[in-house]
Amino acid sequence: MFYREAGDFSTTYPEDSQTFPIKFDRWRYYVVLFVAVFVIPFLINDYWVNSIFMPFLIYAIAAIGLNILVGYCGQVSLGTGGFMAVGAYACYKLMTGFPEVSMFIHVLLAGAITAAVGVLFGLPSLRIKGFYLAVATLAAQFFLVWLFNRVSWFYNYSASGQINAPERDTFGILITGPNTEAWATYLFCLIFTIFSAVVARNLTRGSVGRQWMAIRDMDIAAEIIGVNPLKAKLTAFAVSSFFVGISGALFFAIYLGAVEVGEAFGITKSFLVLFMIIIGGLGSIFGSFAGAAFLVLLPVLLKIIGVDWLGWPTDIVAHLNLVIVGGLIVVFLIAEPHGLAQLWRVAKEKLRLWPFPH
Amino acid sequence: MPEQLAFTIEVFLNGLMAGVLYALVALGFVLIYKASGIFNFAQGVMALFAAMTLYGIMNGQVPFAHLINAIFGTEIHYFGWNVPALAAILLTIAVMILLAWMVQRFIFRYLVGQEPIILFMATIGLAYFLEGVGDLMWGSDIKTLDVGLPQGINETIDEVTFGWFGYGFFIDNLDIVASVVAIILVAALVMFAQYTKQGRAMRAVADDHQAALSVGVSLNFIWILVWSLAGFVALVAGIMWGAKSGVQFSLSLIALKALPVLMLGGFTSIPGAIVGGLIIGVGEKLFEFLIGAPYLGGATENWFAYMLALLFLVFRPQGLFGEKIIERV
Repeated sequence: MFYREAGDFSTTYPEDSQTFPIKFDRWRYYVVLFVAVFVIPFLINDYWVNSIFMPFLIYAIAAIGLNILVGYCGQVSLGTGGFMAVGAYACYKLMTGFPEVSMFIHVLLAGAITAAVGVLFGLPSLRIKGFYLAVATLAAQFFLVWLFNRVSWFYNYSASGQINAPERDTFGILITGPNTEAWATYLFCLIFTIFSAVVARNLTRGSVGRQWMAIRDMDIAAEIIGVNPLKAKLTAFAVSSFFVGISGALFFAIYLGAVEVGEAFGITKSFLVLFMIIIGGLGSIFGSFAGAAFLVLLPVLLKIIGVDWLGWPTDIVAHLNLVIVGGLIVVFLIAEPHGLAQLWRVAKEKLRLWPFPH
Repeated sequence: MPEQLAFTIEVFLNGLMAGVLYALVALGFVLIYKASGIFNFAQGVMALFAAMTLYGIMNGQVPFAHLINAIFGTEIHYFGWNVPALAAILLTIAVMILLAWMVQRFIFRYLVGQEPIILFMATIGLAYFLEGVGDLMWGSDIKTLDVGLPQGINETIDEVTFGWFGYGFFIDNLDIVASVVAIILVAALVMFAQYTKQGRAMRAVADDHQAALSVGVSLNFIWILVWSLAGFVALVAGIMWGAKSGVQFSLSLIALKALPVLMLGGFTSIPGAIVGGLIIGVGEKLFEFLIGAPYLGGATENWFAYMLALLFLVFRPQGLFGEKIIERV
């Protein structure tokens, strides 16, 4: 009834090729943006930001990054945790080295450094593929975590081996350290999330994205029709690592504040982000958000139901969480390999004909 | 520097023993991969689950005791009996066969013909699921598994080497037992694959699913068989590692260590798994001893295997013994 393309006439090419061709979609997108930027910051408190919004926004960036690599380019990576650690430590070194520079620049630079590291570890992808590559990225995961654990230059020779985010402000507003306001940290992360989503969406629509998808669908065929696999694979690694690095930097500087590398960026983090994109939908930006939201909310909901309502011990609820996540992964792979994003797409298709299907 | 040399030889021997244990886990991977093309990430968790089940049965734990207590407010933990080790092992094998059947029946039957990477991710999901179920069933505390295997320093080797080098080698009895068991297991598996009807059917399925189907081999049965065998190998690995370092979550991480082993040896080769395991075991111990600990700050064992595999793959993507990868559009 509302959701239809009838009456929506495009008269120019840019109008025809815009991200949301249907008017209802477009307006929904503007409303979501408006609520996220102008309404939520006034309503939230520390609990909401720390347990839901911030992890959601940060994991969404990581999921977008990994989705570019796995979902769009077909190169499975299990090194996300390691690359997030690169982002975090790069951000830490920059923050402590150049305290007067704005955090925006630090986070972006941390992303750029991670991109360089990502390209380095992406080089083997030119020779090996599939789960061989997945295992090769495990090398990145374990090596990077070890590196940040052992080489004390990375944590400024602190006795505990941890890194702690010093207090930094942007435009006079504190955004790191213990004395931050909920809305400030939320908005800071939100800006990066929107930035990542817009950039990723447009990259995947353009020629680079088409090259990635060609490589994903059949790499030899792509090579024959003139896609340069070196360029396509390495740009995918670079862009993916850039976003993952940003999310790592935010995860450390804004969200946690203090990080022990093995604990915060271990192999479980890599799997968590991978699960997000499987459940959310491989090869979909919306799917990255859906998956991140799902896996951030699930433990919170389970904790509320299990611990607060039913009074079960926390470890049982944690184990149940594992069972449910593992089960859901399998269910999704069997029933809907394209994840929540596909369910959403199907719902939209149905909605276009509603209430008068053929 | 004879003392340094003696140390190096000792490290080398210990590396060989560790390598045997890696190979043991890797073997489970190869079995499943050969027969069904599934790269079973859950192998390590299966080892953990098997060890937990064995411990639980031996000590008469009530399955899901914590969950039952939480839901019904009861206070049950133990049946109050102890099962002898051998009977418990047999029961655990039965559980692993049941698990194999369930995995085939509820997961992979629906995923036949999917891309390998989808199957791989499904096994990651299975790994999480199984880990959660294992913890719910038997509790997540660290358990010491004792099925009566000898442990501690081997006195004979200590004395003999002391006579030779003036320095006694420290070699754990458990490692020796594990090596012997691994060798017997490999020999048995090879015999099974070569000389029995089911073994031949298994190899036929590994060769070509369609052709095997057309001559009357039941794919379903073979896959259950293979998962059961992998479950059995997981149990053996679980007993060995469980006796060595306790039954705990880190047990499932040795599965990750088996991945570089496989990449070195090639995914489709049983001898490859053994040789790869030995190379990794010796390599990481020697690297840690000669370079890692003195110059790099130690704990290089965490990543050495992966880096070695990574570098190796760049030059020989199919591994040492793997079949040549031929790609067609």
